[in-house]
Amino acid sequence: MDFGTRQRITLQEDSAPYLPSHVRLMFDKTRQQWAVLAPEKVMWPDDISVEILRKCDGTATTRQIASDLAEEYQAPEAEVYADVLEFLQEWSDRLLVRSVMAAD
Amino acid sequence: MEPDIFPPLGILAELTHRCPLQCGYCSNPLELLKANRELETQTWLDAFEQAADMGVLQVHLSGGEPTLRKDLEEIIGCLSSQGVYTNLITAAVSLSDARLATFKEAGLDHIQISFQGARPETTEKIGHYRNAHQKKVEVAKAARKLGLPVTINAPIHRLNISEVPEFVQLALDLDAERLEIANVQYYGWAELNKAALLPHRTDVDRQVEYVTAIREQLTGILNIDFVPPDYYADYPKPCMGGWAKDAFVITPGGMMLPCHAAQSIKSLTFTSIKDMPLREIWETSKAFNAYRGTDWMNDRCRSCERRDIDFGGCRCQAMALTGDATETDPACIKSPFHEKMAELTFTDHVQRRVIGTADI
Repeated sequence: MDFGTRQRITLQEDSAPYLPSHVRLMFDKTRQQWAVLAPEKVMWPDDISVEILRKCDGTATTRQIASDLAEEYQAPEAEVYADVLEFLQEWSDRLLVRSVMAAD
Repeated sequence: MEPDIFPPLGILAELTHRCPLQCGYCSNPLELLKANRELETQTWLDAFEQAADMGVLQVHLSGGEPTLRKDLEEIIGCLSSQGVYTNLITAAVSLSDARLATFKEAGLDHIQISFQGARPETTEKIGHYRNAHQKKVEVAKAARKLGLPVTINAPIHRLNISEVPEFVQLALDLDAERLEIANVQYYGWAELNKAALLPHRTDVDRQVEYVTAIREQLTGILNIDFVPPDYYADYPKPCMGGWAKDAFVITPGGMMLPCHAAQSIKSLTFTSIKDMPLREIWETSKAFNAYRGTDWMNDRCRSCERRDIDFGGCRCQAMALTGDATETDPACIKSPFHEKMAELTFTDHVQRRVIGTADI
């Protein structure tokens, strides 16, 4: 199998994740709930997932996202970082999150 | 107890039955609707505005070949302005780059392109359309150039099941986001041609093994959605995620259905969106409430631990194979009709999907 130039992204602390334009995070007024719309999928992220996804602007790094959340929720940063990275890696593996890598 | 009625999430909008291809596995009904019976633009636009108000978040624009509708850009524009996610399901043989660009401009979110084979000769043979493969490849490339995410849809049956690995390579080559390896479901034309299309069990087992492995290998590279063939399954598919639970279908002539094959259940009466608001049909019509929830189930299904996983399976398949739409889907090993699913004499003759030709 020839994968071409495509490869799986492993998120690092300096990766800056973002949602591609065809993956839409929106507040659904009918159900009063946040939804993510993607090709032939609708997902219902929980509150903390929504907080993470809203911070994925392609500028903030995974480290910064975790640090902001740790402060907002008064939680230990190392724990929050591990959770954020695990969550975003899973979404990246499903191609719902892309990532800008820091320049070498 | 009355079952809960939730707001619908998605619509499969069959805009037309017209199609340049003649695939023998088509899920459209055998009685195909002619162009002069199709809904007018304004009826579709009104329906989609009502749908957005009801909570519909995604609309799949399908057919037949939806791009044969000259008002498709207007329809996409209407949905997009309501914040509805639009998915175009196309055979792509009659679609120009310029027209695709107008869809993108109107707000199209995603395009799904069907390939009848992974090899040009297979695509041409199954769809009966010259150079179909090349045209599809060109549209896929044009879509990527426009920045549209692409799904390659591969409907699998006996004549192309050996090409599954090549479909994966094709999806990678075309920079697709998603590959749908969809084993044909036997309704409409596919049911008519079942004896010529149902794959052999050994090929199905090999396919499942291959897809499971390659999916893992392509994690983070290509999304592979797999619709397994329920003819050889132990449990039925959770059809539509439950009857009238979160999605519905509108036919080219305006009938609102709980699923695309629902008209095969002759005891049900369906309502046209020309005659009643969509919300009223969704909430009050007998056809939508017929198999909602679990009260309609027989004891076998109602007492089953998988009741809320597969909802007794597919009502249309139960109807087709047992004559009773409330029966357990025969795909289930607990169904007394399960053995019947494998009773089939294979043939090689495939009837082409052409209006007015079905030999029923």
